[in-house]
Amino acid sequence: MEPMAGVALQNQLLLLAVLPFAAALLVATLPQRASALVAGLSMALALMLLAALAPAVADGAVLRVELDWVPSAGLGLPLRLDGFAWLFATLVSAIGLLVVIYASGYMAGKDGLPRFFALLLGFTGAMQGILLSGNILMLVVFWELTSLFSFLLIGFWHKGAAARDGARTALLVTAGGGLCLLLGMLIVGQIVGSYGLDAVLAAGPQIIGHPLYGLALTLVLIGAFTKSAQFPFHFWLPGAMSAPTPVSAFLHSATMVKAGVFLLIRFSPALGGTEAWFLAVTGTGMATMLIGGLIAIFRHDLKGLLAYSTISHLGLITALAGIGSPGAILAAIFHIVNHAMFKAALFMTAGAVDQQTGTRDIRRLGGLRRTMPLTAGLAIVASAAMAGVPLLNGFLSKEMFLAEAASWHNGTVMDDALPYLAVVGSVFSVAYSVRLVITVFFGPPSKKLPKAPSEPGWAMSLPVAVLAAGCLAVGLVPMLAVGTFVNGAGLSVIGPDFTPATIAIWHGFNEALMLSVVAFVVGIALWLSLRAQIPLGPEGPALLHRLRGQTVFDRVMLKLGWVYPRRLMSWISTERLQPQLRLLVVAAALAAGAAAWGAFAFAEVRRLNDFSAGFALMWLVGAGCAIGAAAQAKYHRFAALVMLGGAGLVTCLTFAWLSAPDLAVTQLLVEVVTTALLLLGLRWLPQRRAAIQGDNSAQARRRRAQDLVIAVVGGTGIATVAYAMMTRPLVRNVGDWFLANAYYEGGGTNVVNVILVDFRAFDTFGEIAVLAVVALTVYSLLRRFRPAPESIKQPDQQSQTNSRMLDDYLMVPSVIMIWMFPVLMMIAAYFFFRGHDLPGGGFAAGVTMAIAFLLQYLATNVRWVEARLTVLPTRWIGIGLLIAVATGMASWIFGYPFLTAYAQYVTLPLIGDVPAATALVFDLGVFALVMGATVLMLIAIAHQSLRAARLREHDDPEETR
Amino acid sequence: MELTLSFAIGVLTASGIWLLLRPRSFQVIIGLCLLSYAVNLFIFSMGRLTLGAPAIMPKGGFIDPTRYADPVPQALVLTAIVISFATTALFLVVMIAARGFTGTDHVDGKEREPQ
Repeated sequence: MEPMAGVALQNQLLLLAVLPFAAALLVATLPQRASALVAGLSMALALMLLAALAPAVADGAVLRVELDWVPSAGLGLPLRLDGFAWLFATLVSAIGLLVVIYASGYMAGKDGLPRFFALLLGFTGAMQGILLSGNILMLVVFWELTSLFSFLLIGFWHKGAAARDGARTALLVTAGGGLCLLLGMLIVGQIVGSYGLDAVLAAGPQIIGHPLYGLALTLVLIGAFTKSAQFPFHFWLPGAMSAPTPVSAFLHSATMVKAGVFLLIRFSPALGGTEAWFLAVTGTGMATMLIGGLIAIFRHDLKGLLAYSTISHLGLITALAGIGSPGAILAAIFHIVNHAMFKAALFMTAGAVDQQTGTRDIRRLGGLRRTMPLTAGLAIVASAAMAGVPLLNGFLSKEMFLAEAASWHNGTVMDDALPYLAVVGSVFSVAYSVRLVITVFFGPPSKKLPKAPSEPGWAMSLPVAVLAAGCLAVGLVPMLAVGTFVNGAGLSVIGPDFTPATIAIWHGFNEALMLSVVAFVVGIALWLSLRAQIPLGPEGPALLHRLRGQTVFDRVMLKLGWVYPRRLMSWISTERLQPQLRLLVVAAALAAGAAAWGAFAFAEVRRLNDFSAGFALMWLVGAGCAIGAAAQAKYHRFAALVMLGGAGLVTCLTFAWLSAPDLAVTQLLVEVVTTALLLLGLRWLPQRRAAIQGDNSAQARRRRAQDLVIAVVGGTGIATVAYAMMTRPLVRNVGDWFLANAYYEGGGTNVVNVILVDFRAFDTFGEIAVLAVVALTVYSLLRRFRPAPESIKQPDQQSQTNSRMLDDYLMVPSVIMIWMFPVLMMIAAYFFFRGHDLPGGGFAAGVTMAIAFLLQYLATNVRWVEARLTVLPTRWIGIGLLIAVATGMASWIFGYPFLTAYAQYVTLPLIGDVPAATALVFDLGVFALVMGATVLMLIAIAHQSLRAARLREHDDPEETR
Repeated sequence: MELTLSFAIGVLTASGIWLLLRPRSFQVIIGLCLLSYAVNLFIFSMGRLTLGAPAIMPKGGFIDPTRYADPVPQALVLTAIVISFATTALFLVVMIAARGFTGTDHVDGKEREPQ
């Protein structure tokens, strides 16, 4: 192949993989009619691409495209197309095109068409992804994606409970199976040493000989069986029938459910050929075929019958994949194609019947051949194909199946039983096909129909006609119609050992034909014997209908998802906060004790600063404040708050005393703001006047005593640890580097500030982001906030004074506070500019500025301030964050990592040397954000008074006059 | 000096823990504030106590790191002060909102049932 042509083919393959997703995005934005058109066009384009790709995969050739994803980690997105994937992809696109045409008629006039087609295309893309993946992990990702799209499509009419339940069950079963598949693939990849599909397929003996083969096989099989609705996971498929009928025709008969058998056939060279494989796969397939076929005979819902029939036929294909001989693989591939054709046609017919008559209940339908002759004719052709009538495609693949079942494979009991089981399965297939055709289309016209039936529009008939014609064409001239492609697919699965088979419609009077004849005779006899009882009975054979997979599943889900977790929670957990916190504190204390146990010692030579009486006196007050706050917080909140402030001030002085001026400044400012916040909050916590009931009971006392012990133990422990640490010599650390380089590298002499805005600026960036998030959360919480009813009425202080007294209230302080505004602005600027070299910085400046605003609110009232000042805190937050990000990104321009700072001093006239590091710009961002966030929180709480006033006016207009 | 400060940390911690385990939300918020003082002082003290030597460098010349206070715990605590302010504000708002919704200031949103 010429290199240029090779590149063109690779690009086509890439386009094929991307096309459905791109089309899905486009379709989602289009109006109703156009969405169907574009969806159809993209399916047609995919078919054309596949036609162009056909020569590239003929004769067992494989087309590959390697896409780099994370080259450094050796991760790529390889695409791989061979004959088998080509056939399957063509099937998906062809049925997809017909389904889109059908859906444009079926869904006409319904809501959400663009969404429907977008999901359909998304599913197509995911399905193509499974087929085209050249990496087994990528395959699993697309596998799960099909489950997700299936979930969304089943639940498309999400207003119905049945649709929601069906969608949920399908997702849980298939996605759960997908997780098993992922584990299985991980094990396989580990065994092979590569996740490349080619490497895995070539490593069959290595995988089978590995001790983990059994586990890997089990997991992969669970994945395949759940997807292909194999017993005992089959129950999700009937539930999925709540989906719009085009979805049932596309996903749940023709394509998605075939992904499981695709996987089995694809991996049969790597995982198959063992007795375990044969027993598990063929056994499950046969069981599914029999159970599905048996239940299908008894279903009254037309789509339900077709769903169980689908289960049964999937069982047949699974059984063939389990047998694994070249003939069986060929038969399986052939039946995948055939089943897709006739079953999609039948589902489309069922949708048409449902829409034209208003019911899907077989018991109410009858004689439709008179009113819907075309539909009836097409449905009869498709049903005959399903039953395996000669001259139709179903006959051919079923003959191949019967021939495979009858021939000798490995001599196990299962192998011996195969022919009999196969015939029984065929008998069921004949019986439900006959029942479907006779009861729905023949006999006297039913008088129980909700609507007078007539033929559906061309959009709903044409796809069925195409599919029925396909059934006939394949049945009459199989080699001409699909022979090359099926043989090509077989070749690419099995490899060079494969000898192309000739599919002929006449093989002479052989074993398979005999079995077929037997199946027909017995099948018709079975239906004749049951025809009178079925309409009266329940939807299933006598005993089996009681044991419904769905019921078991629901019960298990209820237990696992609700009953057991609740019970477990009530055993091991509590919803009450106090025991949880108590447990947390005790666990922390125990962990600390265990860590220190046996290893704890004070330093022999203690490094001590001289005892300072002033410091001790200061902390005497501080400790008193702390204990007082602890004692008073319940009944005297205000007193507790004042004492909390006392403890905070002492902490602040401690920082100043012990060479941490930045901390002292920050602590002081934060203390002011926190106290103001808490004071504002106290307004909404009604004063506690009466003692809490049971507060002095023996139990409450005991609890308090117990907590006191915990508190004292915790306090003593941490004090001991702190003392032991403080008296040890300092281990020299990274701080030395910061000290030595702050000026040379960061251009500032205040090391703490340089660390914050330069060396560790990214931390600070995260921190201010947190602050912004908190401020916005506070703001939005307070917008929805409804205060406690008893705190809405005017506080006593306001209601018991007249308005003249209020006018003069705190006259002198308020004038001073108003005058302080420019002064505080100046202080903020001062803090800001000296920050890099001396204590201060953007954070301190921001809080100072916020306090300046706060003072205005305190001095007057909300309305007065906001009539004079425009405060836009959210904008300040945004601007601050943007400045910080922009400063960080600016270093990219110079090729440095995010937030690399550059330092320089600039000499300004009159002022002198000013540090002009880029860190200063970053600090400006910090300033703006901190100011905005703090002001936003304070104002949000302050505005509650306005809202409460409005509430009062609303409730009682008289009172406020 | 070290003894005094460790005593202070101990008292702050004990008061904080005791309040943390109380049933009223305002007690918990005060307790968290006290605990944050204690924790900040504790982290700060890990750089050892240094008097009269803040980490303000001269402009140029040789620098002897042993003559200055350790700046790393200070930088950490500075961040911690800001974050504890933010969480206090958030908790305060959640507390008054919960008070409005549930009609009680009990931490569980409902009064303890009499046993």
